[in-house]
Amino acid sequence: MNIDFILFLVLALAAIATALGMLLSRNAVYSALFLVLNFAVVAVFYLLLGAPFIAMAQVTVYAGAIMVLFLFVIMLLGADELAPGKALPWQRPLAATLAVVLVIEAAYLLLARGAPSGLVTPPTEYTNSTESLREMALALFGQYLLPFEITSILLLVAMVGAIVLAKQEKGGRR
Amino acid sequence: MIPLSWYLTLSAALFSIGMFGVLARKNAVAILLGIELMLNAVNINLVSFWRYNNPVLMDGQVFAIIVFAVAAAEVAVGLALVISIYRRRNTVVADEIDLMKW
Repeated sequence: MNIDFILFLVLALAAIATALGMLLSRNAVYSALFLVLNFAVVAVFYLLLGAPFIAMAQVTVYAGAIMVLFLFVIMLLGADELAPGKALPWQRPLAATLAVVLVIEAAYLLLARGAPSGLVTPPTEYTNSTESLREMALALFGQYLLPFEITSILLLVAMVGAIVLAKQEKGGRR
Repeated sequence: MIPLSWYLTLSAALFSIGMFGVLARKNAVAILLGIELMLNAVNINLVSFWRYNNPVLMDGQVFAIIVFAVAAAEVAVGLALVISIYRRRNTVVADEIDLMKW
């Protein structure tokens, strides 16, 4: 049993547990905090995969910016308690069945049939992290410049849209 | 080295948990949290395929960054919609937002 495997299993258990905690806690604030924990664990997975920049971006963008936005809205609306009952009776079991079927199907395909062919075993040595960061910057601003610019326009549009949607209407019809 | 299929299975499990959250939760903010979890699982897939296929090409990481940006945009617009709905109808329960239901 390699140290990598032990690390992977512990982290995987932590990721699944925090995701389930997000799902099962009735308080929306606890839900969001469990999701922050889950994002931090996933960032460690990115480090394990040799992608340090993605890991740091995960911590700052996801666990930082996005989850702060979530917590801000949850506390702004005061919607921290979920009203129990009054659910559609078939909705929750049906959703659970669908999710379990999906994960069993995927696990069967991936584990029983093995990895897809054409994916070779990876080089065992991690590339130097600063070198890989440089490579990624070259790819992002060279080959993928147009998608990068489109993404920035998308962010601008989302920002303007969010302001327009959330703006208080002055004396208008309600 | 950990097999690729382990990462993919973990990602599938996280995706399924997120999907259950989207299907079963009633709070609109909780539904958005489930969508975040699903996007995150997709990102694990992208990065692990990058690592196991050809780490010299940086395509997988670039796609992961673009998914980050799209997730941020989606959250901003989604939460603005939730605030707007809450202001007009005074609820964030998805079952009660049935204005377009016939």
